[in-house]
Amino acid sequence: MAKPVVSVLMSLPKSGLDKLMPLHVVVDPDGTITSYGPTLAKLLAGRSLIGHALFGAFDLRRPAGLTTMKALQARQGERLQMTLRGAARTMAFRGLAQGLGDGGMVLNLSFGIGVAEAVTAHALTDTDFAPTDLAVEMLYLVEAKTAAMGALRGLAQRLEDDKQMAEHQALTDTLTGLRNRRALTQTLKSLTLAQTPFALLHMDLDYFKAVNDTLGHAAGDHVLKVVAGVLGAQTRRQDTVARVGGDEFVAVFPGMAETSQLEITAQRIIENISQPIEMEGKTCQISASIGIALSTDYANPDPDRMQTDADEALYASKRAGRGRARVFHPTGQDWRRA
Amino acid sequence: MHGLINRSIQCFLRDTYGAPVWEAIARQAGVEPSGFEAMLTYDDRLTDLVIDAGAALLRRSRETLLEDLGQYLVSHETLTSLRRLLRFSGLNFVDFVNSLEELPARGRLVLPNLDMPELELCELGPGQFTLRCAAPLQGVGHILVGLLRAMADDYGALVMLECLGVEGGAEVVSIQIADQALYEARPFNLGMAV
Repeated sequence: MAKPVVSVLMSLPKSGLDKLMPLHVVVDPDGTITSYGPTLAKLLAGRSLIGHALFGAFDLRRPAGLTTMKALQARQGERLQMTLRGAARTMAFRGLAQGLGDGGMVLNLSFGIGVAEAVTAHALTDTDFAPTDLAVEMLYLVEAKTAAMGALRGLAQRLEDDKQMAEHQALTDTLTGLRNRRALTQTLKSLTLAQTPFALLHMDLDYFKAVNDTLGHAAGDHVLKVVAGVLGAQTRRQDTVARVGGDEFVAVFPGMAETSQLEITAQRIIENISQPIEMEGKTCQISASIGIALSTDYANPDPDRMQTDADEALYASKRAGRGRARVFHPTGQDWRRA
Repeated sequence: MHGLINRSIQCFLRDTYGAPVWEAIARQAGVEPSGFEAMLTYDDRLTDLVIDAGAALLRRSRETLLEDLGQYLVSHETLTSLRRLLRFSGLNFVDFVNSLEELPARGRLVLPNLDMPELELCELGPGQFTLRCAAPLQGVGHILVGLLRAMADDYGALVMLECLGVEGGAEVVSIQIADQALYEARPFNLGMAV
């Protein structure tokens, strides 16, 4: 029979044990602490555990029932979870206990997953860990991961900003800053889905072609911007104003079902647009014709149908001599003059 | 090439020579002035185009420009994270040099698709080393010389560094450590600065 291999650990000087396992604890057969490693000494910040009972100094939390040397010896070689008692803040360790020839035991401890916090809390350095310990690599990883996550967060933020900018541009008429047809379609769809009553105002400029033809496109663009300003001033924050064609505009008024109020608004818009517009010493005069449809006039309001009807009312306004507004009524087909 | 590398080159050119110079280099290299995103991957050729455009516009050799880049990566105040990550590799400069071969693995631990040069360290005698680096980027040895010079400063070591040229597909750098602790090292705490 082969002779059992005898450990040489007991002949290792304490300085050697300190280098191999800077977080070790040695206890005698009674469970009294006789020595411990330099990193543990650093954590104790001046307090001494020599002569204290292991089970008093540490709470051996798992496996359960570790309160005697006999119980600990039965669990040697297993992974232990333990905390240091009497510390200002919770100090958790992972541990491993092995019996010594004299009936005593040596426990080797490590910080486990809490290593980064322990290093910061106790200002530990490379020399507090054995060179074979991967604790420093773990700290490296924590820091590298934080830097990489920071870079990813920055990228995600920039992409999000770009996306919002692109969405904004996709919904905006670049000349006037009003919404465009795509935005109008979205607004009408969500109002219809939410069954919110609303009014749809369709406006076409009168005499605009003459401005373009006689004063040029720059003048025309200027006029369109002035019109956009009027529409912005005459509508509420919750209303949507869109340019949907060369000189065609649509305004949507959520919650508006009052014909009289709409007629007043339409009249005010026409009056303001009909004011002479000065541009580079020249004056131009335009006007506007308006057709209005109200969702409350329909059993099942359909945005396309309402746009067609508002358009019909608009052309009735044009035929009636321009510079006026009409409200469409789906039942009677009777034109009401505004 | 990993965006992190391209982005580093962009930041180096911008921080050292100013935003207008970077924009001129970007235009010449056919890159958007907004430059590179650190977490995306780009065509390898773009990296060379930017370095060549930079060298041409600044009237500097590619070699000295790359050496300055290496130094910038470690020593510039806006980039403290790389200096810290490198300091995790060793207690002192000799320790650091001895762990250089681990560097590619350390990089890939965090960014698995990071293009890192393959490094092979050979100890010729006490404090005397040659480092062979194989990478697709021509002039990688000069980046390493700049980086090692800055790290030696960080550790307070006195060193002599030189690019010996290309040998068997790898660029060879000579490292001679005259005194590994001539000056006081810059402070380094394991715990992250909060």
